[in-house]
Amino acid sequence: MNLCTTSGLRCAVVSITAAMFCLSTSVRAADLTVYTALEADQIKPYKAAFEKANPGINILWVRDSTGIITAKLLAERANPKADVVMGLAATSLMLLQKEGMLMPYAPAGLDKVDAKMRDPAASPEWVGMDVWASAFCVNTVESGKKNLPEPASWADLTKPVYQGQIAMPNPASSGTGFLMVSAWLQMFGWDEGWKYMDELHKNIAAYTHSGSKPCRQAAAGEYTIGLSFEYRANKTKKGGAPISIVLPKEGLGWDMEAIGILKTTKESEAAKKLADWAATAEANKLYAENFAIVALPGIASSMEFIQGDINKMLIKNDFAWAAENRDKILAEWSKRYDGKSEPKN
Amino acid sequence: MATETLILPDRTAAVAPLRQKLGHDDWIMRGAVVALGLWLIVTVLLPLWALLSKSFQAADGSFIGLANFQAYFANPALANSIWHSVWVSLLSTIICVLLAFVYAYGLTRTCMPGRGLFRIIAQIPILAPSLLPAISLVYLFGNQGLVKWMLFGASIYGPIGIVMGEVFWTFPHALIIITTALAISDARLYEAAEALRASPRRTFWTVTFPGARYGLISAVFVVFTLVITDFGVPKVIGGRFNVLATDIYKQVVGQQNFQMGAVVGLILLLPAGVAFVVDQLMQRRQLALLSARAVPYAPRPDATIDRTMLAICSLIAFAILVILGVSFFASIATFWPYNLTPSFKNFDFDMMDGGGWRSYFNSLVMAGLTALFGTAVIFAGAYLVEKTPRFRYVRGFVQFLALLPLAVPGLVLGLGYIFFFNNPANPLNFIYGTMAILVICTISHFYSVSHLTAVTALKQIDQEFETVSASLRVPFWRTFMRVTLPVCLPAVLDIAMYLFVNAMTTVSAVVFIYAPHTTLAAIAVLNMDDAGDVAPAAAMAMVVFATAAVTRAIYMLLTQGYLARAQMWRKR
Repeated sequence: MNLCTTSGLRCAVVSITAAMFCLSTSVRAADLTVYTALEADQIKPYKAAFEKANPGINILWVRDSTGIITAKLLAERANPKADVVMGLAATSLMLLQKEGMLMPYAPAGLDKVDAKMRDPAASPEWVGMDVWASAFCVNTVESGKKNLPEPASWADLTKPVYQGQIAMPNPASSGTGFLMVSAWLQMFGWDEGWKYMDELHKNIAAYTHSGSKPCRQAAAGEYTIGLSFEYRANKTKKGGAPISIVLPKEGLGWDMEAIGILKTTKESEAAKKLADWAATAEANKLYAENFAIVALPGIASSMEFIQGDINKMLIKNDFAWAAENRDKILAEWSKRYDGKSEPKN
Repeated sequence: MATETLILPDRTAAVAPLRQKLGHDDWIMRGAVVALGLWLIVTVLLPLWALLSKSFQAADGSFIGLANFQAYFANPALANSIWHSVWVSLLSTIICVLLAFVYAYGLTRTCMPGRGLFRIIAQIPILAPSLLPAISLVYLFGNQGLVKWMLFGASIYGPIGIVMGEVFWTFPHALIIITTALAISDARLYEAAEALRASPRRTFWTVTFPGARYGLISAVFVVFTLVITDFGVPKVIGGRFNVLATDIYKQVVGQQNFQMGAVVGLILLLPAGVAFVVDQLMQRRQLALLSARAVPYAPRPDATIDRTMLAICSLIAFAILVILGVSFFASIATFWPYNLTPSFKNFDFDMMDGGGWRSYFNSLVMAGLTALFGTAVIFAGAYLVEKTPRFRYVRGFVQFLALLPLAVPGLVLGLGYIFFFNNPANPLNFIYGTMAILVICTISHFYSVSHLTAVTALKQIDQEFETVSASLRVPFWRTFMRVTLPVCLPAVLDIAMYLFVNAMTTVSAVVFIYAPHTTLAAIAVLNMDDAGDVAPAAAMAMVVFATAAVTRAIYMLLTQGYLARAQMWRKR
């Protein structure tokens, strides 16, 4: 205090600098930076359950859409900031694997994980958590007002009656968008797939940044039909939205959410604990509250508004092909349709 | 300490006839000016330099000359954004300045009732993030919009929405400038006009308009710069209409293409920089306008004019209240538009994108620290630049650095911060990802206006105080604490308030440098809107608005009494 009265200005400068230093050194010991594309309303219970089982480890989420998280990880590859990637599309994790960014690790209880839902290596670089699949949200109030028939298939969406009624996620930013495009190209073939999208494009009102937004916009009546995924559809309907959920009859596009550890992590012990936890029955029960199919077989799921056996409706999905062609597909897509996109794609 | 001795003037040196030896005080002040200069170099100039050099580099850091710029102009979608940005900004500027002029005329030149209330309502947009009007416009004119029919089938997503949102958001900025310009006119000119029997219209065009000319020009440049560099409004309501500000964000956050982001940033720097330079040149001419003998103009009641102005101002004020009100109602409705029962469901931010309630508390901390440290640095800095004897070139350079942020869009500054501070070779790298960098960046972002406020206040103090204190051997800091600071208290508090409100609502600079544990409320609004949680986004925007409004109200109540006493000496 005495110092301050004799030289107010110098003192002010010193205390400013000191305070700035204090602000910047508030890092705790076992902070685990986890990049994720999981939904904001999912990560809360996951974090709580993991931290309860592993006291002293604190998860710091960096959450954004699949495309953004993937781009961020690739951009930072020289100096990665993430310790773990959790809940990112398997097609994206396979890209990171190809770049040699992931650490092989066999989590405890790996033998119980469905063989189709993990990297086949003995020490896998990524392990699946759950499957998420495409679904339409159709606003029944608006479709009633406009006398629109309920679409039952992907093909229906190209009918002229739906012009300007459909919102779809941009595949460059949204994993949900990418799995649809990938599914069309695999189901209909490369040329026919693009021809389908040309037709669909005529009916699309907006390509959104996030995979949840089309369903939420349909729920609010902003657009009548939102192409989205089953978790968001179920959850939105549960929240009281006047929507019906449609699973297109040709088959559902899908991808796996998976977890992988970055080779460069300085918190490898904590990171392994998270990978271990992600393969436990406890974690899988939490996934099952959100998704029909999870990595551990035999865990019952409850999605009250999803009718039909999702497992049987999934298309035959070649992940290796999708991962390998991801860049090419997105470049072609942007060239053809980017004009209708929201910013940040 | 202050050992100034006079030496005999040297007859040959006509320019500086009086030479003084530098005292202890002078050295301290010079040292402090240099320190301030270094601070500004690190927090403003070097980040900009990092941005500039990045635009000439490939992703791996190798120098590639103009290749990035070539790639930019070869992409029609990107190059189109320049034209989009320019015409949307021009249109918004014209509409905004016209409306603000009429409103300001009503406030200063008529006796219409409710002027105090109109003044308060007009300040509302400043207290909210620019995302708020955009969200409200979706609720008003979107596909489920309450008054969608008013657009006659046109879509709000695109230029129409951007222009409406920007006019709302920039209105108070234009209004403040034009009100000031109209308030300082000379009543004698009107008396002369009346004596010469000039018609009201002629009086308006020959007296009123020329008197406000510089204010109008200034308002035009300020609004144009704000619009062309704002990204909140086009982000939410721009739809497929791309502008420069959203392109930067898209390149950097969406595609992690930092080099292209730097290119767009430099392009955005251009119009903002031109506007800044022209405005500075114009303001130099304004000085001689008001002579010491001017008599303040006092409007006389005129039933027709007062009633007309009341109608127009009411309409504008009503529009502002509607935009605010729509966000409010959307945020408390359970499920807009199907279930309008009030609920607080949308305020459960912890289940949504953007970092939850923690973002809000982070914002409070960030805004508080920005107000505290920012005011200290900026006011002390302005004092040093104004009052340090001689040392002209260094002071001039520091003054230039202090005004530079005015020409730098927030997005560009934020991007420069990534390049400069996220470089592992930078010894200051450790502040990256902390609250400190957000505070430092926000102080730099809003430095210029605060600096100008401080300088204006300091210029009103007679230099005699310093001279007398020095001759009585009172050290300068004592004069600063005992005289300068108390006299300038209104300006100091204004600066603190300005920094606090802007730090609460800003998105542009900080959007690039926040970290997982330093998410901010205004950015949460953006992220929730992106994920389709529009009502919660509106709710968070309302929380930010309420905080800024309450802080401002408390500030006014607290300071009114105190300032009245502290500033008593000004009255006779």
